[in-house]
Amino acid sequence: MNVLLVLPILIPLVTAAVSLLAWRRPRWQRWLGIGGAAALLAASLALLESVRNGGIQTAQMGDWPAPFGITLVADLFSAIMVVMAGLVGFAVVVYSTATVDHRRESFGYYPLLHILLMGVCGAFLTGDIFNLYVWFEVMLIASFVLLALGGEREQLEGAFKYVTLNLMSSALFLAAVGILYGVAGTLNMADLARKLPQVEQSGLVTTLAMLFLVAFGIKAAAFPLFFWLPASYHTPPVAVSALFAGLLTKVGVYALIRVFTLLFTQEVSYTHTLILAVAGLTMVTGVLGAMAQNEFRRILSFHIVSQIGYMLMGLGLFTVAGLAGSIFYIMHHIIVKTNLFLISGVANHFRGTYQLKELGGLYRAYPGLAVLFLIPALSLAGVPPLSGFFAKLGLLQAGLATGQYAIVATALGVSLLTLISMTKIWAEAFWKPAAAPSVDPPAAGTGTPQDPSQHDPPKGSLALFAPVVVLAVLTLTMGLVAEPFVGLAIQAAHQLMNPAGYIEAVLGGRP
Amino acid sequence: MLLAVAVLSGFVMALAAPWLHRIARSTSGWVLALFPVALTVYFAGQAGRVAAGEVLAVSIDWVPSLGIALSFYLDGLSLLFALMISGIGALVVVYAGGYLAGHAHLGRFYAFLLMFLASMLGLVLANNVITLFVFWELTSVSSYLLIGFEHEREAARQAALQALLVTGLGGLALLAGLLLLGQAGGSMELSELLTRGEAIQAHPFYAPILLLILAGAFTKSAQFPFHFWLPSAMEAPTPVSAYLHSATMVKAGIYLLARFNPVLGGTELWFYIVTAAGAATMLIGAYLALQQSDLKRILAYSTMSALGMMVLLLGLGTELAVKAAIVSILVHALYKGALFLVAGAVDHETGTRDVDRLGGLRRAMPITAAAAALAALSMAGLPPLFGFIGKEMVYEAVFEAPTAVVLLTGVVVLSSMFLLAVAGVAGLRPFFGERASTPKHPHEAPLSLWLGPFLLAGLGLFSGLFPGAAGWLVSPAVAATWGQSTGVELALFHGWSPVLLLSAITVAGGLGLFAGRSACRRAASRLAIGSRWGATRWYELALDGINRLARAQTRFLQSGYLRYYLLTIIATMLGLTAYTLLSRAGLPVPQGSLQVPLYQAVLAGLILLAALAAVRLQTRLGAVAALGVVGYGVALIFVLFGAPDLAMTQFLVETLTVILLVLVLYHLPRFATLSTRRERVRDMAVALLAGGLMTALVLAAAAVQPQLEVSSYMADHSAALAHGRNVVNVILVDFRGLDTFGEITVLAVVGIGVYSLLKLRIRKGDRP
Repeated sequence: MNVLLVLPILIPLVTAAVSLLAWRRPRWQRWLGIGGAAALLAASLALLESVRNGGIQTAQMGDWPAPFGITLVADLFSAIMVVMAGLVGFAVVVYSTATVDHRRESFGYYPLLHILLMGVCGAFLTGDIFNLYVWFEVMLIASFVLLALGGEREQLEGAFKYVTLNLMSSALFLAAVGILYGVAGTLNMADLARKLPQVEQSGLVTTLAMLFLVAFGIKAAAFPLFFWLPASYHTPPVAVSALFAGLLTKVGVYALIRVFTLLFTQEVSYTHTLILAVAGLTMVTGVLGAMAQNEFRRILSFHIVSQIGYMLMGLGLFTVAGLAGSIFYIMHHIIVKTNLFLISGVANHFRGTYQLKELGGLYRAYPGLAVLFLIPALSLAGVPPLSGFFAKLGLLQAGLATGQYAIVATALGVSLLTLISMTKIWAEAFWKPAAAPSVDPPAAGTGTPQDPSQHDPPKGSLALFAPVVVLAVLTLTMGLVAEPFVGLAIQAAHQLMNPAGYIEAVLGGRP
Repeated sequence: MLLAVAVLSGFVMALAAPWLHRIARSTSGWVLALFPVALTVYFAGQAGRVAAGEVLAVSIDWVPSLGIALSFYLDGLSLLFALMISGIGALVVVYAGGYLAGHAHLGRFYAFLLMFLASMLGLVLANNVITLFVFWELTSVSSYLLIGFEHEREAARQAALQALLVTGLGGLALLAGLLLLGQAGGSMELSELLTRGEAIQAHPFYAPILLLILAGAFTKSAQFPFHFWLPSAMEAPTPVSAYLHSATMVKAGIYLLARFNPVLGGTELWFYIVTAAGAATMLIGAYLALQQSDLKRILAYSTMSALGMMVLLLGLGTELAVKAAIVSILVHALYKGALFLVAGAVDHETGTRDVDRLGGLRRAMPITAAAAALAALSMAGLPPLFGFIGKEMVYEAVFEAPTAVVLLTGVVVLSSMFLLAVAGVAGLRPFFGERASTPKHPHEAPLSLWLGPFLLAGLGLFSGLFPGAAGWLVSPAVAATWGQSTGVELALFHGWSPVLLLSAITVAGGLGLFAGRSACRRAASRLAIGSRWGATRWYELALDGINRLARAQTRFLQSGYLRYYLLTIIATMLGLTAYTLLSRAGLPVPQGSLQVPLYQAVLAGLILLAALAAVRLQTRLGAVAALGVVGYGVALIFVLFGAPDLAMTQFLVETLTVILLVLVLYHLPRFATLSTRRERVRDMAVALLAGGLMTALVLAAAAVQPQLEVSSYMADHSAALAHGRNVVNVILVDFRGLDTFGEITVLAVVGIGVYSLLKLRIRKGDRP
């Protein structure tokens, strides 16, 4: 048993529990949070290192041999995702200390955040399909409370839609797991991978795959199931938006990739072609949704949907190159999208609004922020030599290699629309001259709108900018020095396309 | 290795530029220009080796997994471009220091300019096609930032976006084309691909590759109908217009055509598309140039026309045409760069760029006037300037075109007449004739502003008088484009030939147009083809269309109503799952006996009735009670099938739910029926179908005999290993303890959530 597999679940749990004990002391919670998140990041990096050197790692919970107990498994894909969770968690916790108001801090903000991280890591690490459901529930409830925490009217409306639609996903997931157990008699995913091909009614297995596709498709915010995301992501404090934007949908994508490489490969020509179609439609509807928005965070939210399409594209292609493209895309996207939300928060911090119409003049007042915005924004649009370009390129090459020209053309066209959308933010919030100071008193938020010509622009603190800078540097690094990251993604994709290694690692030599 | 350093050091310089500017202050232009000067010296130093047929190459691994190497190579064609980029770059940097002296963001301007310079160098030196594309896109991005440099003006922002989108669209096509080319040719390296022309032209991908790459080249080089971004780009500060949008970046498309000529050229498809696009662009550009009164727009349209001529020549693809094309590139860079810089100097000194308000400046600005006159004469194609040599070669090439000689010659001669008139308007008219009053009182421009145009125009004269030097630079470039080495003999006098006669006709016609330009302009403005049918209008319609589509789609999909969201999700699930079930497994038939004991049937009936009641009842209390009955019924089923602990849990949960709901009911608004009858029927149909589907799935699953390995292991080992006789309990707390642990966490979070949501209410406008 490898203790590194347990740490990503244990560390956030302990951090959350200790933070709960310090309920009335937000200052302690902040430092605890930063410490806990740093420890999580360190543990996740150690896990990735151990998987890279020692192959797929497993841990049998309660020492019950697989498939009887619950197994935690880390292959490269899982380990990469846990590292991403650690990274985003750390960035967001630091950023939260600068942006989240005292009242939310004293009502359980930090413990909830860590429990969310625990749920995310659990979902990435579990090798058991029902246990995955449990982690989904942990994530759902923690994210719901975080979303609603504060109880602003807009928040509650968003949170209500969020929780209802996600419960729909949970119900479908649970039903699917139940029927799957009835058919295969096991919940361990490696064991399922072994037993499902022996089920005579393979048509029934493919039918169940559809249920999983819809259940996880809701979580991943794929077309036409994404409604909860644009309805809610612009409502909570921006640190929460950033955390959700970075991690939540990606757990859905992770689950889709996991079950559609390990379990449901009976009729690839049907299931994965369907996924490819979904991918294309998700790209298009998402980006069109973004183009119709005029608020910083709403634009970014719809782009998440659009980019989920790219991540599903590699799965739909179902080749090593395709999956490697998807995995690299996920890594790139998590960093870039989290950062863009953080930057929208910085803009709000200075100007007290997310409306593009009311923003403006940021380029003149904060040239540094402008550069920090351009890096992830251009990367999102796939402009070379930033990370997004190589992510897109990998997928395009994989698509061309399999002759899927329609999805390649779609991916290219959508990237142009993404560029339009990003330049819209740039032109409106940064280039455009600052709007005349409003007569109305400043809206909610910690910043106050100011006329930059009259006062010195307000300054941000280290905790506000450090996460943004670090993530921007990572985006640059993943582009300029892309090879190690691409190489890692390709290795991870190899493991996914050859599930025998995963099965062997979990079940050992069992017949 | 030095080659890679030459390209990449530009990016470092770009980063350092704002800082150097702060140190050097007013001399920053001169200081920063040392860098492109050094590059020019370096490239000039390679000229001898390149002329001898040597090719310098360097390759550094970048992303080998995706087939990307940071590989560069220098042959005649690259060298010609590299010298133009670094040489004119040096002059433009100096010029910018004077033109934007005192501007608050001059440091930033240098940074963008140097970033462009480095990207452009990378583009023309790249060996790996993906690397080429990376630099291609970087030139678009730097162009965006430079056009939008005066970003507080709406027009500048719009123009920047327009240029970015048009070239970005072409860039995506180019990327697709390059990837296909790599697939068809089996290599990502240009040097390899150049040797595989025949195989690639025989490949089924040839036509798509060609069309995609041409789309990239045509958008970047402002070919009709993608030309409209170029005049708009004149919103950029003049050094940018001179450098990017005339001398270098817009020639990237020309470079691409020349570069790929040995691989893709020589086919009928190539000939017809490229020649036609070039001819149309040349004529339209020349015609539109004469209609303008803004000095920069005049020059922009004439640039478009010149680019069209180069494209036309490369489309012809004969040896003569390739020579003429390469010479034209150099000719144009020299005179157009000079004229743009002159236009900037005039604007800087007089405060206007309107040719109708300018005149007689030669006394106030003698050096600038001399430079302008030389450049204009070269543009007009008059001897003894370099432009004359270029034009003669073009005429010769068109005269020997494989087909449509008369048509092509007509187009070229007519365009040249227009261009001659335009040269007069843009280069001579402001300086000669009567002195006109201008917003500012003009003085001779400072050294930094006249040095560039003077040198460029002087080079035009020098190359005309001593064409051997230019020929030495041009012939390796021609060899690279033509695919095999060939001699280029440049001479001012080509002998008495029909071509000379054409030149004479051109001069006569051009002078006529110059004289009648006002009438010509009036006639054109009455036609107003541009505003009605012009490409700008199509661009606006397309952009507007996409935005409309986006809004309509979003209103439809993201309607804001939870009920539609749920309906869509359930319908999707239903459609996908039912279709798959019916097409792949068939409708399941219940196995075994269908006899159900009476008490089970009664219970099932009770649950169904209660469910129906929950839907139909018009009071909340009634509906809640009915739901409670459903829950209790299910719990009873658990009891009947031997799961008492499950039933106990279910009883507790149901009771709690009913109590909570009843407590909450008090706070809810009055019960209202919001949906119409049709909607209710639709919802009922979806609900029944979804329920039916789940039933069918359960029936189908029941027909499968699962392997009981796991459950029998748990039953067997529960007591022995886990020391518990209640298997369900052992499963919950031991075998699958992690699940229970997770669920406990969920409950804890619910606790926090309920407490915090009740206690914490932040309203908009609350102080933190």
